Amino acid sequence: MSIKLGDLSYQQRIEKGIENDFMREAVSSAQGRFRNGRLTQAEELGDWEDWRQLGSEIRTHTLENIDYYLQQLSEQVSKRGGNVFFATTAEEANAYIEKVIKQKNGKKIVKSKSMVTEEIGLNQHLEKLGAEVVESDLGEWILQLDEDPPSHIVTPALHKNKEQIRKTFAEKRGYDQSDSPEELAAFAREQLRKDFLSADVGITGCNFAIAESGAITLVTNEGNARMVTALPETQITVMGMERIAPTWEDMEVLVSLLTRAAVGQKLTSYVTSYTGARLEGEIDGPDDYHLVIVDNGRSKILGTEFQSALHCIRCAACINVCPVYRHVGGHAYNSIYPGPIGAVLTPLLDGYDDHKELPYASSLCAACTEACPVKIPLHEQLIRHRQIIVEQEKKSPIMEKIMMKGFAQWASTPAAYKLSTKLARTALKPWTKDETIKNGPGPLKGWTDVRDFPAPAKQSFRAWWKERQKGEVRNGNS
Amino acid sequence: MAIHNQDAFLSNVAAHLGRPRRISGVKRPSWSVRPQDRVFAGYSKEELLAVLKKQCQAIHTDVVEVQQSELAEALTDTIKRYRGKTVVVANDKRNALYGLDQFYEQLNKEVDVHIWDAQLGKENQTIAERADIGISFSDITLAESATVTLFNDKHHGRSISLLPKSFIAIIPKSTIVPRLTQAAQQLHASVEKGERVPSCVSFVSGPSNSADIEMNLIVGVHGPIQATYIVVGDK
Ligand code: SF4
Repeated sequence: MSIKLGDLSYQQRIEKGIENDFMREAVSSAQGRFRNGRLTQAEELGDWEDWRQLGSEIRTHTLENIDYYLQQLSEQVSKRGGNVFFATTAEEANAYIEKVIKQKNGKKIVKSKSMVTEEIGLNQHLEKLGAEVVESDLGEWILQLDEDPPSHIVTPALHKNKEQIRKTFAEKRGYDQSDSPEELAAFAREQLRKDFLSADVGITGCNFAIAESGAITLVTNEGNARMVTALPETQITVMGMERIAPTWEDMEVLVSLLTRAAVGQKLTSYVTSYTGARLEGEIDGPDDYHLVIVDNGRSKILGTEFQSALHCIRCAACINVCPVYRHVGGHAYNSIYPGPIGAVLTPLLDGYDDHKELPYASSLCAACTEACPVKIPLHEQLIRHRQIIVEQEKKSPIMEKIMMKGFAQWASTPAAYKLSTKLARTALKPWTKDETIKNGPGPLKGWTDVRDFPAPAKQSFRAWWKERQKGEVRNGNS
Repeated sequence: MAIHNQDAFLSNVAAHLGRPRRISGVKRPSWSVRPQDRVFAGYSKEELLAVLKKQCQAIHTDVVEVQQSELAEALTDTIKRYRGKTVVVANDKRNALYGLDQFYEQLNKEVDVHIWDAQLGKENQTIAERADIGISFSDITLAESATVTLFNDKHHGRSISLLPKSFIAIIPKSTIVPRLTQAAQQLHASVEKGERVPSCVSFVSGPSNSADIEMNLIVGVHGPIQATYIVVGDK
């Protein structure tokens, strides 16, 4: 697997997503829970706008000086007994990791959830070598048993229900208990514990590297990442080159933003910062440590108008508020990075050719931008993508209209469209006549050519969401 | 240890940024806002403790507050409640300071107590894996998130708070600070002073959990399934 998940067309993927009722409901309720959690935590923290501002300043400074901080990081890791490999491409990263594993004669590899290893297709690469690769994150493990791609950054198995999970466990691992989540999790604990203890190599991603001391910070709830970093004798961290903070103090701010925006928690159960190989006399932690820093198309984004897309801390808040994601689900994006950030990032990393529909998978309602804890102007970047696609590929507005068709389909109910926020309303003003929009910008143009849509309600997205939740709770009780 | 491909990689990065490579002299700007300093600013230890206790409810963690003289009893109670037959304990200097050396000796008559022993090497891990309960002292305690910060080293293995089914953290009241900010400041300061940061800093907030199955919260996945904090008045 690479950044791309499969070969179905955009249209087919969308249809599949829309037809999957369970998935749509799961996505919708997950979005609600995540979003509510985030709002509560943001309110409790107070000064949420100041926090976002701070997060944005830290990310801006870091990316502007990324060469300096990566050098500092690599020197610190090296000082602490770790090896560092800078990989320009996915192939280079995979080849280096392969070399390390061969040297160690590694047969069993245990991993904790990592987007970047998905991006570079590491598992497939290692499996070809005949190594056994075990994903230890509960959601990822379920998907791995079932050979299914993830559909959400934070809860990758969102599209599966517990009965499906029970069946998978029964078929693949002889599980004979009920479909209660507790029993399912206890079974996974028992199964995976053996893997943690017997693995030769542990591989993790990285939430934030800390340049000043060479530490890698992982933010998790299940404890699997701690197992992966504490038990195997050889350990490899794979990080996208932008996932770095200058100091502990900056890491702290980013972690606070991440846990709140991602899952509405003050902190996750585990925030673990580990550095290099274990020290003399220590028992836990690797004897042999490697940090692989991956570019794989990221440097091309530096110095462009899209640089701030690299500020992303992978919290999925933009995904959780996105009305398009809500309707079509994660797989429709055909990228390991779904939702608004996926629509911005995927064409940047993998080119427009395979992903030119993605910038159109947005209603430009700006809910993503409003939700982003590091203030990435996501919807503006989507507009820029569209302009570039039209300019470069000389696609006339007619083409744009065709692309819009898939989009218009999901938005075939005015209710879906009413998701628009206050911001969208402002943006739409010039095109609003009475209560109906004629010829809107971007996808709205496509829409409005197909049919007339009611203008977005005057209510803000936040207010709308709260009301909507009340409605859902009532429904749930009845 | 080796660093591979650094120059080519970083020169390419600098080229994309449209300037020469920066090798030194980069200073962090002073940020325009510092909301992190305002959280629970001016709170007394008692007030912070109240914040911590409240948050413990949210993270499914039991919390008890005791005087130093009651610490042994609180530990005994918790071990009983968890039906612990085997216990693994960090070899912390504070064990002696809080009179726990004798307590563990006594306890060893009924319950199998293993004090982490660097000399024994990997056997420590094996023992921790079999143990019912792990016990550690908190180095810095974060009120806001009800987090214990553990500086793991050769006397305090990472396994203790990870492998057993239950985890007990002893929290000296003096270690309580408002939030992660203060712990990060302390670590940053020690880097600035040229001190060696622990090979693993674990921020632990209650038992492990997951929401990966239909978004239902499951408490207890790979790490401990239950946790108790014992807050103890200082000497
Ligand atoms: S773009 Fe912003 S909101 Fe979306 S995942 Fe990244 S940091 Fe979170």
